Amino acid sequence: MSLTAKDKSVVKAFWGKISGKADVVGAEALGRMLTAYPQTKTYFSHWADLSPGSGPVKKHGGIIMGAIGKAVGLMDDLVGGMSALSDLHAFNLRVDPGNFKILSHNILVTLAIHFPSDFTPEVHIAVDKFLAAVSAALADKYG
Amino acid sequence: MADWTDAEKSTISAVWGKVDINEVGPLALGRVLIVYPWTQRYFGSFGDVSTAAAIMGNPKVAAHGRVVCGALDKAVKNMGNILATYKSLSETHANKLFVDPDNFRVLADVLTIVIAAKFGAAFTPEIQATWQKFMKVVVAAMSSRYF
Repeated sequence: MSLTAKDKSVVKAFWGKISGKADVVGAEALGRMLTAYPQTKTYFSHWADLSPGSGPVKKHGGIIMGAIGKAVGLMDDLVGGMSALSDLHAFNLRVDPGNFKILSHNILVTLAIHFPSDFTPEVHIAVDKFLAAVSAALADKYG
Repeated sequence: MADWTDAEKSTISAVWGKVDINEVGPLALGRVLIVYPWTQRYFGSFGDVSTAAAIMGNPKVAAHGRVVCGALDKAVKNMGNILATYKSLSETHANKLFVDPDNFRVLADVLTIVIAAKFGAAFTPEIQATWQKFMKVVVAAMSSRYF
């Protein structure tokens, strides 16, 4: 599924609204993923504390959301723009790409909680498509 | 099908107790039809589902959303027996309605998002984890008669 012009403008507009809270959203989404999908903890077993709100979770959630925020500006060429991150996830971290969908779901849950009136069905479909496109770009170098 | 601790049972009952089926059902089903437009294929007889506004204003969509949440109520009240509770519904969806069972997971995820939006921060990660375990069992039971 490719992003239409409308999808891109809806995502940009929504990201404008949430960017001030992006760190918080990223931290919470990561914490929710680790709690609701405990199999994902395998990738973070080197952290002392995997509970929501812990130092490493907050920091790393912010890093992830920062990268996704950058991707908002790269929507015209996500595969090219995310090439280095794709290398990282494919060859260093070796994250099963099925997990990108799981994290995306938890980002959507967190957005719904923090922005209930802005996260309309129209915004939901655009952001869902955007995260799917980001996930595909991240999986580009796999195999 | 799954083991439930007392804490899990009471969490799920507490969450469900705060959900107004008449409100959440239509919101969740409408959102599925908007966010995953291929699902509209199952609702050809429902009239206009061509735009988000048409979907959210469609009375048949709303009615069916209430039906779906009504069925979920049965699972909440029979948590020790979800597989048996959904046996005939699963057969209907498999053999008469020909619904791709992946859509059950899609609906479960959207329902979780709608409930999260209503509850806000009260829908903690731990409560989400328990709720999603329940959704996973419901989805498995609804898929159980597909061969």
